Amino acid sequence: MARLFRQSRTLSLKSRVALAMATVLLVGGAVVLVAALAYGRQAAREAYDRLLVGAATDIAESITIQGSAALVDVPVSAFELLALAPDDRIVYRVLGPDGETLTGYDTAPRPEKAGAISFYDSEFSGEAARYVSLTRRFAERSFSGSVQVIVGQTVQARRQLARDIAQNVLLVLGAAGAAMALFAWLVMQSALRPLPRIGEALRRRDPTDLTPIDQPAPAEIAALIQSLNGFMTRLDRQMTSNRHLIGDAAHQLRTPVAAIRAHAQLAAEEPDFERRAKMVQRIHERAVDLSHLLDQMLNHAMIIHRADTAPRDPVDLRDVAVEAFEANEPNVLASPNAVSLVLPDEPVAIRGDMLSLAEAAKNLLANALSHGRPPVRIGIRNSGQAELWVRDCGEGPPASIRIDPAVRFAGDRAGGGSGLGLAIAHAVADSHGGAIRMTTDDEGFEIAMTLPKDTP
Amino acid sequence: MIGLLFVIFAALAPTVAAAQELTGSFGLPSADRTLTIRSTTDLAVMAPVIASYLTGRPDLRIDYEQWGSNDLYELTALDCRNEEAGADIVVSSAVHQMVRLVNDGCAATHRSDFTAALPAQLRWRDELWGISREPAVIVYNRERVPASEVPRSRFDLLDLLRPEDSPYRGRVATYDIETSGLGYLLAFADSLEASTFGGLMESFGRSGAVATCCSAEIIDAVIEGRYLLAYNVLGSYALARAEGEARLGIVAPADYTLILSRGAMIPNNGPARREAAAYLDYLLSPAGRKALEDALLLVRLDGEEGALLESPPDAQTIQRPIALTPALLVALDKHKRGLFRQRWRAAFPVTP
Repeated sequence: MARLFRQSRTLSLKSRVALAMATVLLVGGAVVLVAALAYGRQAAREAYDRLLVGAATDIAESITIQGSAALVDVPVSAFELLALAPDDRIVYRVLGPDGETLTGYDTAPRPEKAGAISFYDSEFSGEAARYVSLTRRFAERSFSGSVQVIVGQTVQARRQLARDIAQNVLLVLGAAGAAMALFAWLVMQSALRPLPRIGEALRRRDPTDLTPIDQPAPAEIAALIQSLNGFMTRLDRQMTSNRHLIGDAAHQLRTPVAAIRAHAQLAAEEPDFERRAKMVQRIHERAVDLSHLLDQMLNHAMIIHRADTAPRDPVDLRDVAVEAFEANEPNVLASPNAVSLVLPDEPVAIRGDMLSLAEAAKNLLANALSHGRPPVRIGIRNSGQAELWVRDCGEGPPASIRIDPAVRFAGDRAGGGSGLGLAIAHAVADSHGGAIRMTTDDEGFEIAMTLPKDTP
Repeated sequence: MIGLLFVIFAALAPTVAAAQELTGSFGLPSADRTLTIRSTTDLAVMAPVIASYLTGRPDLRIDYEQWGSNDLYELTALDCRNEEAGADIVVSSAVHQMVRLVNDGCAATHRSDFTAALPAQLRWRDELWGISREPAVIVYNRERVPASEVPRSRFDLLDLLRPEDSPYRGRVATYDIETSGLGYLLAFADSLEASTFGGLMESFGRSGAVATCCSAEIIDAVIEGRYLLAYNVLGSYALARAEGEARLGIVAPADYTLILSRGAMIPNNGPARREAAAYLDYLLSPAGRKALEDALLLVRLDGEEGALLESPPDAQTIQRPIALTPALLVALDKHKRGLFRQRWRAAFPVTP
């Protein structure tokens, strides 16, 4: 049985956040890694290209013209500069104006197109190498033309530097990612702390306790608590209504049913036909009363139920008055005091349950007819609120009823009332966000159901 | 141990070939593995080191070829170009040539705890390693040079040569840089190190100093008194001779002392690369260090009292090790060498 109630669990919030974080970090990390590698390569290339140019410039500046030949007094400083990339092999070459190698490695490749300074990638005895070529022009009497200096170096140090840069970036990134993940975890922990607390509060509750939960909670969770409280309020109402129905049925039906039984027994034993007919007549009257009471009780329960479940439709309050008026017509016709209907010309729009509202209006009218003094009027007033009122010329009910219109079986039921009419009206007004108002003035007693207007 | 050494020396059969100066074979002829060493180091100096290496390695035979530095460089470069299997390990005192060989991609990479422990300036690319420690010294004849005149530095040497009637005129010798790769390297290192070199060359030229070949000949001539002084002689050879020769005095110059570390490389075409690496690791290991020290190839300037090498008290600060860096490539540059030789020849005209 317990398994039927087990909730299907989806991924926990923490896991979701962790998953999202991991995804963000991984994707972001991959992007940053690519960027870091590219940046590292670029930075390493620029740094070591400067060394190459420095060395090539050193060599170019060491060229002197002796006689009609260019002599290169290769400076050690140039090679010491290149030796800053300690494990890279060096290749250099100096070419004269006719393209002949003056000194250096005559295997060093020349650039495809020679500019003032040009960088190019090639190789040096099987290993990738980076080259720079620069040109120095001479215009001496004995020597004229340009001398090309080529300096190259293998790329171990560049690769190492690029790797180091990328590695450092990744280290920082990793640390930042770890810190972010940690913070996210802590924030999650603190954000979710109210949930187990509320769960615990609910668990510790008495099973019959349906009062609202009063726990401080963040806005998102407060909405959940609010819904939960609303749900519990409805549940409470339904349960109260059910309890009332059962209790009322027990209390209110026992006496009339016992009376009918006694009368029926007496009638069965009565030999005289006329008296028996009278007794049967009484039994019938009692049965009608009983059925009326039963109707009202069921109505009351239905109204309470509908208050929570029936959809709130747009309703013209005038229709409610008309329906109550027409439903009373059999009574009205029977009574010498006609009921008059007073309606405004314009519709009075509210939102509500037509059935419940009509039931409330019928009960108010019935109360006035049975307890008040004719003439009775029913009507609609369209003031600040929508009002359905019923007037008679009496003094109204005793103060005990006025204090709390929700009380059931408060009035005297000499006139055949069930004692539930006012309670029903009150329940309807309440469930529609309205109220029951009772006033007595010189002209008599007015009871009104005020309801909020439907403002589109 | 003694018996084994005897066997090894019995197997040692020096022969003189056209190119190499000397060859020797160590170990048993039946050994199934052979390691070929080409080196500029004298066979007699290296023999005990090799013998101690072979102790406990009966299955290894070592063929040792002793070469002049320029020939060794050319041969190794040729092997490299033609991708021919030559030596398994090449050791040369002309480290600029070794740097060039490594730069040209002729060397194989080797990495071990021993190579990693070398200081950075004695290691390049994990392809070239400095295995010895030999100061370039001034040697003099103790009988002919009065103690008060013994030059303690290059400045002293300059002062000795300056007077017109100096008894040292024509009696000072140094390496001929054209026939000795090591002589060129030392002279080149001098030219980078200090401005005294220009003055020294000039002074050598004016005083009729002699440039000649080969450590042994120069040292012999000093002992015999034909030369009074010799400049830039490799300390290891001088110390070896001074052990049994009271007439030979040795001074580590106090202005600065060049320290040469012989370069060893494993040619990438060598057939026994693993044996070569093991031998190299041995040379760098404590046992190998001890053997090299005994062979006077690892010289300490701050030696014990009464050491044959006269060195100034601040021995640590005057040392100028010749670092194994690509900067040494400059020494082999065609124009640079030409210019250097030109200056050299001005001081030491070719003698007919």
